[in-house]
Amino acid sequence: MDSLSCPFPIQQYPQVLLAHGGGGKLMQQLIEKMFTTAFGPKPACGLHDSVVLNLPAKKVAFTTDSFVVKPLFFPGGDIGTLAVNGTVNDLAMSGARPLYLSLGFILEEGLDMETLWRIVRSIKKAADIAQVKIVTGDTKVVDRGKGDGIYINSSGIGIIEHGLSIVPSSVRAGDAVLINGDVGRHGIAVMATREGLDFETTIESDCAPLNDIVGLLIKAGIDIHCMRDLTRGGLASALNEIAQDASRTIHINEAAVPVTEQVASACAIMGFDPLYVANEGRFIAFVPENQASRALEILQKHPLGQGACRIGEVSGESRPEVILKSCIGANRILDMISGQQLPRIC
Amino acid sequence: MKYSDEYRDPKLAGQLSRQIHKITTRPWVIMEVCGGQTHAIVKFGIDTLLPEKIQLVHGPGCPVCVTPLEIIDRALVIAAQKQVIFCSFGDMLRVPGSSTDLLSVKAQGGDVRIVYSPLDAVKIARDNPQQEVVFFAVGFETTAPANAMAVYQAKESGLRNFSLLVSHVLVPPAMEAILSSKANRVQGFLAAGHVCAVMGYTEYPPIAAKYQVPIIVTGFEPLDILHGIAMCVEQLESGRHEVENQYTRSVTKQGNTHAQDLITKVFCVVPRKWRGIGEIPQSGLALRSEYKDYDAEIKFNLGNIKTQESPECISGLVLQGIKKPHECPAFGVECTPEHPLGATMVSSEGACSAYYRYKRIS
Repeated sequence: MDSLSCPFPIQQYPQVLLAHGGGGKLMQQLIEKMFTTAFGPKPACGLHDSVVLNLPAKKVAFTTDSFVVKPLFFPGGDIGTLAVNGTVNDLAMSGARPLYLSLGFILEEGLDMETLWRIVRSIKKAADIAQVKIVTGDTKVVDRGKGDGIYINSSGIGIIEHGLSIVPSSVRAGDAVLINGDVGRHGIAVMATREGLDFETTIESDCAPLNDIVGLLIKAGIDIHCMRDLTRGGLASALNEIAQDASRTIHINEAAVPVTEQVASACAIMGFDPLYVANEGRFIAFVPENQASRALEILQKHPLGQGACRIGEVSGESRPEVILKSCIGANRILDMISGQQLPRIC
Repeated sequence: MKYSDEYRDPKLAGQLSRQIHKITTRPWVIMEVCGGQTHAIVKFGIDTLLPEKIQLVHGPGCPVCVTPLEIIDRALVIAAQKQVIFCSFGDMLRVPGSSTDLLSVKAQGGDVRIVYSPLDAVKIARDNPQQEVVFFAVGFETTAPANAMAVYQAKESGLRNFSLLVSHVLVPPAMEAILSSKANRVQGFLAAGHVCAVMGYTEYPPIAAKYQVPIIVTGFEPLDILHGIAMCVEQLESGRHEVENQYTRSVTKQGNTHAQDLITKVFCVVPRKWRGIGEIPQSGLALRSEYKDYDAEIKFNLGNIKTQESPECISGLVLQGIKKPHECPAFGVECTPEHPLGATMVSSEGACSAYYRYKRIS
């Protein structure tokens, strides 16, 4: 897997053919030369219909996610890093230690083998960083024009090694709401690449695995009540989901929510609100007030938490809503987004 | 963010708020013309910093909201055609026509694309000579110069597969229509700063004099709006009705004369229908006859399109400041951003959408 060049006999098949998903020799070659080269040797017993895992815990977390990003590559990541980190982060949000991933590839006929190899290498690198193993997978090929090059589904299994109940219903009045850094970079990085928008400085996606930083909080004995990674719909949607499920009112101080100058400017140009823009390496944690400072210190010591801060708290009210104190000091509702954000006219 | 944080300072906002409280002795109804201002007012909670005696009503300055249903329906018919690439600003895509919207046309296979500038649509036309590229040219005086430039460039370079579906509207005639209505409640205006950046504000003194209303050219940041309100209340309390410019950092009296020249070269002033309000004389722009080859309504034979507006929607009254969004029985019940009955619930600048997003608490 050290080689940067595609191991596939590209002189023969520089692009994906329908036959690469057809179950025959070409598919076998693709699996053996590309996927097992990257993700690890075949088990001694040979490839089988399913993998058998020994899990060192009674409680496991299990999740699945699909990735359909356009463009496939963007500053700070690609569809491969997303497929690993997205699923790892979903597991981490229940406090699980992610161990194993499955990958389902839906390839479009005509996809360059070099592109596929680049993505496979990214997946391997991201899996190594997140300390997870790719243990099973599947490949299908669809007709040219029926897909955007490649779609990936990844499922993951993690083990629960703590006794906490990290769910919305654990959220209590007085809990502090912490975030591990600035919001909106992933969504803007992808959109700027897709729309060909050039900014003076490149905005890089925040795509990253959150299991390590979450693990630090758990190890330190922080009584985490709830966590949520801020993916589609951004911070605003995550807060609303938790407010609804917990039947609690969450108060957020807009001035405290970190947004970089570049993201704020890009959003201002396009008429977007950074609070609704997607992230791939950001999460919020609800922790008891008396542990908030210590939790923040722990977050800030980790490379993915250097910009961590407190953005609000849960009040005693039981209306399921999020109240935002605007930067000029007035309160308003921070609602869930309807549909997608669309660039405005003027 | 530089050039915007300076205008969001909570201390200065507090000072302006106290100043407005101090000078207000009577009830006043002030209309902010532009949807961008409406959005800022509810987003930042500016109205909560005002005395109860000051009522802000929201004007017709949202291009998405006032584009007539007939034009939306024409856009839908054109966009569904096979040889067409239909380009639009993003927030027109969800506006409901009589039976569907552009997003649904896209889902059904129409080539509908979001662009950030009409010049992007010109480039798409150059890159796709076999396709007809149509740009949905909506908006006020703010978007007119760029749209005019797109047609001008297309004609100069001999591009034949590009056209505009035009539904441009003008602000001053709409202000006059509101003021001359029997139901009018508006006593002072915050005029739209961006429109004045292009057009200047020489059109306003006759309106201020005829209807005896103060008109303050106002920006879009919280301090701009609070300052504009303070200037307006000061005039109202002292019985004056003048045109004043709050937004001096962007607006000059004469405006951007190059942009104005381009608008005049490409467009002519025509009567225009406003969604929910009806036809207002001399309130719109259409392509001049020299540019008729670039007029999508002429290029595409659209025949008779029957339109059907939702009977429950009161967006016309909202756009004239006669009703507030939450006074509509359908607001938040049958009409939500997910299922809008009228355009004011669609656009991020629409008053109903802004109320729904930010003010459900009240």
